[in-house]
Amino acid sequence: MEIKEKESVVVRFSGDSGDGMQLAGNIFSTVSATVGNSISTFPDYPADIRAPQGSLTGVSGFQVHIGAEQVYTPGDLCDVLVAMNAAALKTQYRYAKPDAAIIIDTDSFGPKDLEKAQFQTEDYLGEMGIDPDRVIACPLSSMVKDCLADSGMDAKSISKCRNMFALGLVCWLFDRDINIAFNFLKEKFAKKPEIAEANIKVIQAGYDYGHNTHSSVANVYRIETKNKVPGRYMDITGNKATAYGFIAAAEKAGLKLYLGSYPITPATDVLHELSKHKSLGVITVQCEDEIAGCASAVGASFAGALAVTSTSGPGICLKSEAMNLAVIMELPLVVLDVQRGGPATGLPTKSEQTDLLQALFGRNGESPMPVVAAASPTDCFEMAFAASKMALEHMTPVILMTDAFVANGSAAFKLPDLKSYPTIQPPYVPEELKGSWTPYMRNEEGVRYWAVPGREGFEHILGGLEKDDKTGAISTNPENHDLMTRKRQAKIDAIPVPDLEVLGDKEDAELLIVGFGGTYGHLHAAMDELRAKGKKVALAHFRYINPLPKNTSEVLLKYPKVVVAEQNMGQLAGWLRMKVDGFVPMKFNQVKGQPFVVNELVEAFTQIINK
Amino acid sequence: MAYTNNDFKKGQPRWCPGCGDHFFLASLHKAMAEIGVAPSQTAVISGIGCSSRLPHYMATYGMNTIHGRAAAIATGCKVANPDLTVWQVSGDGDGLAIGGNHFIHANRRNINLNMILLNNRIYGLTKGQYSPTSPRGFVSKSSPYGTVEDPFRPAELCFGARGHFFARSVATDAPGTIEILKAAYNHKGTSVCEILQNCVIFNNGTHDAVYSKEGRAKNAIYLKHGEKMLFGENNEYGIVQEGFNIKAVKLGEEGYTEADVLVHDAKCEDNTLQLKLAEMEWPIALGVIRDVEAPTYDESVWSQIEEIKAAKKYHNFAELLETNDIWEVK
Repeated sequence: MEIKEKESVVVRFSGDSGDGMQLAGNIFSTVSATVGNSISTFPDYPADIRAPQGSLTGVSGFQVHIGAEQVYTPGDLCDVLVAMNAAALKTQYRYAKPDAAIIIDTDSFGPKDLEKAQFQTEDYLGEMGIDPDRVIACPLSSMVKDCLADSGMDAKSISKCRNMFALGLVCWLFDRDINIAFNFLKEKFAKKPEIAEANIKVIQAGYDYGHNTHSSVANVYRIETKNKVPGRYMDITGNKATAYGFIAAAEKAGLKLYLGSYPITPATDVLHELSKHKSLGVITVQCEDEIAGCASAVGASFAGALAVTSTSGPGICLKSEAMNLAVIMELPLVVLDVQRGGPATGLPTKSEQTDLLQALFGRNGESPMPVVAAASPTDCFEMAFAASKMALEHMTPVILMTDAFVANGSAAFKLPDLKSYPTIQPPYVPEELKGSWTPYMRNEEGVRYWAVPGREGFEHILGGLEKDDKTGAISTNPENHDLMTRKRQAKIDAIPVPDLEVLGDKEDAELLIVGFGGTYGHLHAAMDELRAKGKKVALAHFRYINPLPKNTSEVLLKYPKVVVAEQNMGQLAGWLRMKVDGFVPMKFNQVKGQPFVVNELVEAFTQIINK
Repeated sequence: MAYTNNDFKKGQPRWCPGCGDHFFLASLHKAMAEIGVAPSQTAVISGIGCSSRLPHYMATYGMNTIHGRAAAIATGCKVANPDLTVWQVSGDGDGLAIGGNHFIHANRRNINLNMILLNNRIYGLTKGQYSPTSPRGFVSKSSPYGTVEDPFRPAELCFGARGHFFARSVATDAPGTIEILKAAYNHKGTSVCEILQNCVIFNNGTHDAVYSKEGRAKNAIYLKHGEKMLFGENNEYGIVQEGFNIKAVKLGEEGYTEADVLVHDAKCEDNTLQLKLAEMEWPIALGVIRDVEAPTYDESVWSQIEEIKAAKKYHNFAELLETNDIWEVK
């Protein structure tokens, strides 16, 4: 047996939706992160609610990328594929590298399983052209059954532990300390020690199986950690990080946090997460529809809360009107759009960046609204905080864009210290203005003052009708409408945002890669590969989209070639062309509902460089 | 502190002369003064429509929002700040057509809102189309040959959504209106007040039977909890039970005496009889028809927060972080 030192390894756990692949993947990534590896994960859920067991549409996957140094994506193809049944092997093998090790549960490759997975013969490996030497074929189900024979558990509960056997085997393959997994399970099932016990027993069995049989597999992988950043970490998904960002911002601003929402994939986990934290005073209202989710948040904002509404693209369609109400009433509001594939219901569980123009322009009238986008699961925390601060301090609705990929993906999150975050100071109307204040009086930054109900002497009426700049009364005066339109625009344009950062060959890149939001990891990885091959390449990745960073023109016009790579048909490219005179980029567009594939990016960018 | 009508008044209403909204607004000012909640602690939230202009004539906090969403916006406002007294004002189009979904769900949740439904059975602001409360066959600009659909009956919708409070008054009847507004304020939960009002331009005379004092004396019954349901100029009529139904009878005829007249029970959990009262076409029931205590959404939200605060060990962001599986990289 050979021990392979590797820079990074990708493991893909796959099985039936009920096989617990997410949990196995999660534990494995935690175990790896605990020893200091960099991690990036991505779950791949089936769209079916509950497809028939063993069917091709019911396969769920969880991919983990672990690296000795920083990893930016969950990886294109995997080095190890765990396939818990025939359907998983059939559908997931295309995500495996040609030399990948494949772990299968031979007990789930019976005639019926093969039929459900639409294999023609019993030689399923032959049919798929898989070299048997690369396969760790083990009768996983029977071994789990034997292992727990004395546990007194019923057959169904025993079968639920299969994922832990696979985990044990993978831990052996990667030479992982399984005690970390044990501790994880003990904590997770603190109230059900018998379940923790059973799971631990099965992990150990899986580990021992690998160790004792040496199996047919040729290598054990070893990922040594380099460049550790000391600190305390947790694993966090993008959606959870977003929820945490809102909580942190509300605490920093000294406000109640209100979420008005309606369940929608892939944004629902934000509602789930915030609903848990009543002990922090978080108010969550699951409304009757998307419209009410946003409308109630506008009401909560008027009442003085940090108001948030969370949704995905189809929900933005419905919320647009109430978002626009917040624009004209100049009330703070954060609208979270966890993008998915569209149009209409589209690909609900898949990822795209196709809502950008909707976010920028999808409302009637002149309706300027800041738009920001998170670049990674952990960046969701930063951007949720930034969006909240922007909304509260500039009295405006702000759209925070994430996507299914960063929302469901996870990474190691260094626990933030709120003390190091900036203060959040909404422009409350100063008490000395009592008597002379009108609702649209602005501070020196052009921001309307906030008079929260309950304050005596500041009673006022806001509304969706245009108001007089001076008196705040309804006005149809043409000059006033023109003035108010310009003031609302100027207020957004004046919001300070950080400069656009250029990574890589800042000075002499022959190609500048431009992207926004959740593609950061893939674009970064592509840049790294190109640079490793000797190309001069830089990356400018947008997190602030409206207003754009001040140095945008300067950066975009500096390099001989620029490619805007995005998971839509060119929406960011179009926006940048609108805002930057003389900017004519090349474009790389993909709308597959799947994350970019780094190799494809490298190939496409190489062609552009060589052209 | 004692308030007067003027403490709640603002601006010059721009409704058509004779519009029922003028009458209602005056009653609302008076009711608020009598209720005595400070203007600074009061929010009046409307949608869009003639009647939804109302917040502009209030010296309270308020919003004149977007079409149909007043109930949803009021919900967020009340839940986020339960100390505010929140009045939601909608017309029949705003509240029951485009805003129908929010109307039923606010009632179902039982948020402590005072919900005013100004019902003139017409779209006035868009100049004369039928509304969801216009009767079948109603002729309007958008139904020149008469509508071919049945109207909502607001009480039925409220009860169907498990509403706990329903009252009705006529816009021109100031004492009757003030009485139900005060009852709505005193009721904890969603309090629906249907105000029958005339549109002098597009639907003149729609509530003629009860719009004048004389008309009401003949055609309306003022319901009072615990009192016998008598009506007529000399209380010569009464409501009696007949099988599973109720009917109006003249006392002394067909052998009916006052002893047969039912006593109004607004507090009865079962809304069967209250619904029958609300749906009577003669006499038209006015006053508080249903007024049943139940847990309110906003109170429940906040009591749950208090309960969980006591039960959980983390109360700020830093403590929240510690509830996760954490590892240390040294």
